[in-house]
Amino acid sequence: MTTASTDTATGTAGEPGDILAVAREQVLERGEGLSEAQVLEVLQLPAERLTEALALAHEVRVRWCGPDIEVEGIVSLKTGGCPEDCHFCSQSGLFDSPVRAAWLDKDRLVEAAKQTAKTGATEFCIVAAVRGPDEKLMEQIRVGVAAIRAEVDINVACSLGMLTQEQVDRLAAMGVHRYNHNLETARSHFPEVVTTHTWEERWETLQMVRAAGMEVCCGGIIGMGETLEQRAEFAVQLAELEPDEVPMNFLIPNPGTPFAHLDVPQGPDALMTIAAFRLAMPKTVLRFAGGRELTLGDLGAEQGMLGGVNAIIVGNYLTNLGRPAEQDLEMLETLKMPIKALNDTL
Amino acid sequence: MFCSFCGGETASGDHEHCRSRLSLIDPPRYCAECARRMVVQVDPMGWTARCSRHGERTSAEAAQR
Repeated sequence: MTTASTDTATGTAGEPGDILAVAREQVLERGEGLSEAQVLEVLQLPAERLTEALALAHEVRVRWCGPDIEVEGIVSLKTGGCPEDCHFCSQSGLFDSPVRAAWLDKDRLVEAAKQTAKTGATEFCIVAAVRGPDEKLMEQIRVGVAAIRAEVDINVACSLGMLTQEQVDRLAAMGVHRYNHNLETARSHFPEVVTTHTWEERWETLQMVRAAGMEVCCGGIIGMGETLEQRAEFAVQLAELEPDEVPMNFLIPNPGTPFAHLDVPQGPDALMTIAAFRLAMPKTVLRFAGGRELTLGDLGAEQGMLGGVNAIIVGNYLTNLGRPAEQDLEMLETLKMPIKALNDTL
Repeated sequence: MFCSFCGGETASGDHEHCRSRLSLIDPPRYCAECARRMVVQVDPMGWTARCSRHGERTSAEAAQR
């Protein structure tokens, strides 16, 4: 097993069979994502080949996804008190976390959507820390989604945990554009991260979401103790799901959680992972999400945008803060990356 | 006074990591006056933090200090 780092020396530029040369022909030219073994080869490239890997991933992104960047904002409708034990999450009621339960009222929800739309965002995701929605939450979602759609020009997404078929159908009928439910990590590593439900239960919700006509948003968190082999496994499992969007988070070791002791992922490691995920999923929206501020800083964020990422969460997250939205919008302007317009998403 | 990140007394212990987290990615979680855990709501552009004894603070107020 290989631990997560980029110092395993494999692959030499220009040699026959070099993984980036193979990826150039397979992914860039033909649009076929890398296999699990190939993704692992990318993850194992030496650090001196990171710039080359990012440049190729950027070429792939522009070729198969186009030049536009999709901007999104998210908000926590129901914070804390979750009955699940996702070991990275400060909102679990099972851990001694400083996060206390809170509910957002409808007026503040709509205001958050308005603030998000002002940034040029096309997507606004309403998130609740629950195993799955109960009737009270479903009703709040119904009222909230209707109010946002009446007052704000933005697509509404939801992330409410595991769903029943009836709940999937109701969300689709409300006009929810996209549903987020992260697989979080490789199937083989999931039992080390969550014990109160299974990877397969999450997969089932995602299949129902797709069948109901909503877009599927599914990603995970890098740096939760997975090996590079498991990281490659995860990339290919996501590719098999064929999600419309993959949010990439980097672990924030939050106080009170079982993962509080883990290190923040290293920037070069995170960037090589971004490149590898892009080469596994050439046609998917790949979004920068939580943790990039700690893992990558300002310079690393730019490198990621030039290394395969084509979407970004602006502003704050659920319980953590992000960079000011203006800073990310300025970054996109500096990089001459246009923001996707709402009429391009419908 | 108490650390808004860990709730410990600011006069004792090393709070450099706490200050770093508060400056980068964390809203206050503990009341600086009494160390009670606060009810914190993060929204896309700011936060509010309410102590049951000392009332509400907002990101806008914090930015003005």
